[in-house]
Amino acid sequence: MKLRLSVVALMFAAPALLALEGDTGMHDPSTIVLDDGRYYSFGTGNGLPISVSDDGWTWRRVGTLMEGVPGGRAGPEVLERGGNNTWAPDVIEIDGKFYIYYSAPGQQPKAAVGLLIGSTLDPEAPDYGWEDGGPVVWSDGVEDSNAIDPGIFLDPNDGRLWMVYGSYFGYIRLVELDPATGQRLYPERDAVNVAINSEASIVIYRDGWYYLLVTHGSCCRGASSTYNIRMGRSREVTGPYIDNMGIDMLQGGGKLFLGSGGRRIGPGHFGLLDLGDGVQKFSLHYEADLDRGGISVLDIRPLLWSDGWPVAGDHLRAGTYQIESARTGTAVELAVEGIPVGGPGRGRGGRGGGAPIPDQSAFESSVNWPAGPIPLRMSPYMLQAQQKWSITPAANVGGYPGAPYYRITIAGSGRTLAATAARELVTVPNYSGAPEELWRIDQLTDGSYRIMPKATPGTDAELALSAAGSSFPTLDEFNPDSDRQRWLLKAP
Amino acid sequence: MTKDCLNTSAVRAAVLVAALVALTISGAGLAQAQQVFGRGPAPTISVADSPSRRVDENGFLQRWLILEPISVPGQLGDSAIRAAVETEYFEGQFDAVPDHGDSVTVGDQVLTWHAVDSSLYNVNLFHFSYALEPPTSNVLFWAVTVVDVPETVTDVRLAIGSNAASIWWVNGEEVIGIYNDRQTVIDDGVSQRLQLNPGRNVIRAAIINAGGATDFCARLLGSDYEPITDLEIRLGMPD
Repeated sequence: MKLRLSVVALMFAAPALLALEGDTGMHDPSTIVLDDGRYYSFGTGNGLPISVSDDGWTWRRVGTLMEGVPGGRAGPEVLERGGNNTWAPDVIEIDGKFYIYYSAPGQQPKAAVGLLIGSTLDPEAPDYGWEDGGPVVWSDGVEDSNAIDPGIFLDPNDGRLWMVYGSYFGYIRLVELDPATGQRLYPERDAVNVAINSEASIVIYRDGWYYLLVTHGSCCRGASSTYNIRMGRSREVTGPYIDNMGIDMLQGGGKLFLGSGGRRIGPGHFGLLDLGDGVQKFSLHYEADLDRGGISVLDIRPLLWSDGWPVAGDHLRAGTYQIESARTGTAVELAVEGIPVGGPGRGRGGRGGGAPIPDQSAFESSVNWPAGPIPLRMSPYMLQAQQKWSITPAANVGGYPGAPYYRITIAGSGRTLAATAARELVTVPNYSGAPEELWRIDQLTDGSYRIMPKATPGTDAELALSAAGSSFPTLDEFNPDSDRQRWLLKAP
Repeated sequence: MTKDCLNTSAVRAAVLVAALVALTISGAGLAQAQQVFGRGPAPTISVADSPSRRVDENGFLQRWLILEPISVPGQLGDSAIRAAVETEYFEGQFDAVPDHGDSVTVGDQVLTWHAVDSSLYNVNLFHFSYALEPPTSNVLFWAVTVVDVPETVTDVRLAIGSNAASIWWVNGEEVIGIYNDRQTVIDDGVSQRLQLNPGRNVIRAAIINAGGATDFCARLLGSDYEPITDLEIRLGMPD
């Protein structure tokens, strides 16, 4: 019994990582795309199930793609080249048209990638519907290819459109597509082999490098799945894609991007979600979410970059942090007179050590704080109570791609950070749930955070916590080229 | 170890009184004080010799009226600073724009305002005091300047740095307070968004130093945080 209590205590001591809310069950999610203010993703399943979210945090199912296709199933040529399964789609919008590429395997490795063409993703829209674009690529069941798992890439340098596809029966292959039609641009040319021993491939680009992300390991075995996401990079979209150790992905190379961790097993099917202003996230599924009965679920996590490689960021854990400006190195605090931790008069000249000094708590320090609103300022972090912030998810108020809104309070008190109509900051004595007391916290590609109020009274402008100077924070529009609105969240 | 090493001595106090008397009698400025006491010229401070000047290319306000320092306790915490600054030492402390050479009486001291230019982005109060030989530890400096704008300017921020604590006002409204022992860092204290009115806008500062070096810098920033460089400072010697 004693052991069991200890285990329970540990479980509650370590705050759980956040996961998306709603119906997040999904396998092989497509890249998430935004259409008319809603986020969409499509996954493996009968008819290709549609998942939609109004904010990127809470998701729901709204039928299947095939319900919008004439005949309610893949077109006859797709069925002939591949089969009647509907797996692992990917989607891209080009000039107001949505191209959805989906896997239509028969008896693998006989399979095809079919194309659907539409003008809206909203099943309720009057012009909703999908035109059958036929098969784009296929594998005959003999060749070293299994034509499933399409991943679409629009090259930002020249506007050329590409698709990688394939699974373990052979190579991951690359073909060029026609942005005007979604079809293969040069069907007479051989596809380019770019990797082996993988599936769920996709290409992304950054700073002169093309990155091929694939999934290694086994899927579809719940908590026994060994799915993990790996990558290589190339100066050319056509490869060769080389990993961090110099091994070509055609020879099985692949630097690990993300493996199992925490209570989520088997990450796979990377998809880039670029929100602009230097904020990038990635979508994926876990083969088994132990907090949701071991089903496979969709997730959205921060995408970071380091030394020329993408890095999988993680959800912000609820906890106590110092909020340090990346620009100035000073930390956000209440504008109150601090008390040295342990009291004044310690330090220089002491010999022989002494008893540990306990942490300073808001319960003790707040005796001298004003009762009403208290403005903010910034100072060198000194471990004092007015500098320690509790960041916790706010319940039932929605969120944004990959995370809920948070409330930010002085740890150990109800004193809550809020935006003001003057585009400045204040703390109010208690949290009320008002939009100006809710905060969106996005991890940026360098690992720092952007912190934005859900709303600022009197303006529709999207503002972010900003270091006006070394000693005062304010709210400004986010400038991705500056450190002024970048913050480090450090555990005190 | 540089702090608290410039303790006020009885000798130094006597020299200060003599310097102030000499300045009062002569009505002269720092240059004459330097001449009277034979100390070399302050490296970065000179008497303002024109009725106005522009801010520098980075927007720094280099011309100020500065009152010879008032002795205060050397505590730099929030409450000590507020107590020191909110004490009324002389009439017009929070609203007057004196002339160069004007004097005020604080306790048994007669202190003089000096219109000075700094050759640097910052105003070195140690240099300011150098010729006069007043103490620079445990002191409060009052400083005032006036910027002139032709029309209303909104979303302006006053951006300052100071060694050590300081409180700042623009047109009589307190806009910045920074506390504790600190060095002058450009754009350390930055006010909330302000409005400059057409004509004269008075910027006032109280800087308290506990010991060692002491200085400040100040400029005005636009809505994009770029310094405002087309400002005229209406302060100095009459034509």
